[in-house]
Amino acid sequence: MKVRAQFAFVFNLDKCIGCHTCSVTCKNVWTNRKGVEYAWFNNVESKPGVGYPKQWENQEVWKGGWELKNGKLELKSGSRTSKLLNIFANPDMPEIDDYYEPFTYNYAHLQNAPLSEATPTARPISQITGESMEKIKWGPNWEDDLAGEYHKRSKDKNMDNIQKEMYGQFENTFHMYLPRICNHCLNASCVAACPSGSIYKREEDGIVLVDQDKCRGWRMCVSSCPYKKVFYNWESGKAEKCIGCYPRVESGMPTVCSESCVGRIRYNGIMLYDADRIEELASMENEQDLYEAQCKIFLDPNDPEVIAAARAEGINEDWLDAARKSPIWKMAMDWKIAFPMHPEFRTLPMVWYVPPLSPVQSQIDQGNLPVGPDGAIPVSGTMRLPIEYLANLLTAGKTAPIESALNRLIAMRSYQRSVHVEGVADTRALDAAGITEDQAKEMYRYLAIANYEDRFVIPTGHTEETLDDAFGFQGQNGFSFGNDSSHGVSKITLFPRRRKETVEPKELAPSSDNS
Amino acid sequence: MDLHNFLYGVYPYIALSVFLLGSWLRFDREQYTWKSDSSQLLSKANMRLGSNLFHVGIIAIFFGHAVGLLTPHSWFQALGVSDMAHQMVAIVAGSIFGVMCLVGGAILWVRRMLNQRVSAVSRASDKFILTWLLITLMIGLSTIPVSIGHANHGNPAVMIALAEWAQSIVYLRPDPSLLSGVDTIFKVHLFFGMTVFLVFPFTRLVHVWSAPFGYIARPYQIVRSKRFR
Repeated sequence: MKVRAQFAFVFNLDKCIGCHTCSVTCKNVWTNRKGVEYAWFNNVESKPGVGYPKQWENQEVWKGGWELKNGKLELKSGSRTSKLLNIFANPDMPEIDDYYEPFTYNYAHLQNAPLSEATPTARPISQITGESMEKIKWGPNWEDDLAGEYHKRSKDKNMDNIQKEMYGQFENTFHMYLPRICNHCLNASCVAACPSGSIYKREEDGIVLVDQDKCRGWRMCVSSCPYKKVFYNWESGKAEKCIGCYPRVESGMPTVCSESCVGRIRYNGIMLYDADRIEELASMENEQDLYEAQCKIFLDPNDPEVIAAARAEGINEDWLDAARKSPIWKMAMDWKIAFPMHPEFRTLPMVWYVPPLSPVQSQIDQGNLPVGPDGAIPVSGTMRLPIEYLANLLTAGKTAPIESALNRLIAMRSYQRSVHVEGVADTRALDAAGITEDQAKEMYRYLAIANYEDRFVIPTGHTEETLDDAFGFQGQNGFSFGNDSSHGVSKITLFPRRRKETVEPKELAPSSDNS
Repeated sequence: MDLHNFLYGVYPYIALSVFLLGSWLRFDREQYTWKSDSSQLLSKANMRLGSNLFHVGIIAIFFGHAVGLLTPHSWFQALGVSDMAHQMVAIVAGSIFGVMCLVGGAILWVRRMLNQRVSAVSRASDKFILTWLLITLMIGLSTIPVSIGHANHGNPAVMIALAEWAQSIVYLRPDPSLLSGVDTIFKVHLFFGMTVFLVFPFTRLVHVWSAPFGYIARPYQIVRSKRFR
């Protein structure tokens, strides 16, 4: 057993209102620069839809993620040798139009235009060429709230094995939001595909980063990420991706997207896992076993054996404490209501999703749909969203775990309704769904109330363990691109080494209680 | 010192010095600019054909030059490779890979100059180096008929002179007079070729140094720790 800690997420889709605040805050902090105008480390898709970039879920097109070849895990895009043979032109590379051509508008024309009969218009301008664009054909969120034609949106990979025609009819249509960031996978295919070895997972918190100095722009990560969350900066020629807001997380703050979420749908916390079992559990023969397999990789933070092994790996007490209070553990492992997105990609993603309920309230009110024993709360099979669709998204098509999760979410409501409306606790629904009264109360607190301190349980990074002289390092460098914070990389340099830190006495003063 | 002696006695050392020191400096101080600078994201059309032809061609040409010019004459003789056989291999391989490189390079050149997006994001050095490489290549290809002419007369003298000259440069005993009997077209090609080395550190060509062969033997997953041990 090799215990590692992972900074992980749960997004509660039941409460996502598709307001894009997460996307906008993220963009303003991380990708408001030339070359990544088109890149959204965080985006929110309207589902069903082909998404961003188009058809990202269809790995027959992009060859992202892993597959089993003769029972052995291999990148779907091919072996190391085939990567090197294709390095001059990556056959699976998306083009800018698969995302969209970034644009702005010629706003100055509104003020500079001469007096005329017609109101002047601000024409769109390409942010790549600077030329004016005849027509904007696609954007970062083109299918927002089911915009566009159904036959195009229904090319959504999750609609496979679903009777598409039926759901194209107005009265049967369905809709949900899917916010997406980098999954900071345990078995990341972007890391594996990088020929220069510039992408890495941090041992301390599992955040996946691209070393901007070491990246050579071979762009294999872009196609190999099945979630298409590694982007090629066409200005710098380097790959960029969601950095899990690590400067904030190291200080104990949630990511910008999580902090700014007005629906309080995002949870940040720590999960302990067994790094020795990654390959074994990602290699399940049957795709539909991958969700349960990933649950097996997580280690119970209350198990004394796990705690001892974690301490041996140098994981600190406050991290173990955070793992015990982790909202991620509660939702994924305790209540079993959160799921990894597309486990069939075999990357063991670490952003998990609570599936949304979608009661058809008008039909319930008219008595046209069955309800539970309380006479008011609907049952899981009568939701607007087909369970098969959620299962294709979250469990490689296995419906039973999704149905169980929906039943638990419903039972929690039924129980709360009985307490608050009838004044008597009715636990029949809880018993049927297999959860206890205490669990239902806790679920209510975490999901409905969603207090800040319940959503975000983030231990700080231990800088004192990573810098031999943290005090001397203080005030030395900010965050920057370019070489102003670089000490150079060659062992033998042409120039004298920069003096790294201001001199401070290394000898510590005795602490006051040490007399 | 006349121009001939400067170009074939001094210039090679200027070019090689700038090539080595410039690459080292840039690698040391400007890692963030060290990249292949791919524009495939902006335009994918014809990239597989153009880029693969160009790269395979130019790599083969580079190693062909290195082996053909820098292997001592005595080694070829010891291996039983006659001068005429050497010259025929050079002509045939040079033609095949030269044409591959030219076709691929032409596709890439048209794309770089005429594709609106690629052209807009190209730095001046990108357009310059591709054009310069293609001119060098075309001059190189136009030496082939001259070589065939020599071969038809069973005369390997020019080829041997070129190799002797290249070796005189590498062994730090430059002898420009070795080139006095060589056709002008070869000398022009030499100048263009040496200039590629001169400008190398200031262009996207630096990615050549970083060909990622280490990937073959690397484990898939990489974990970095910030803790000091």
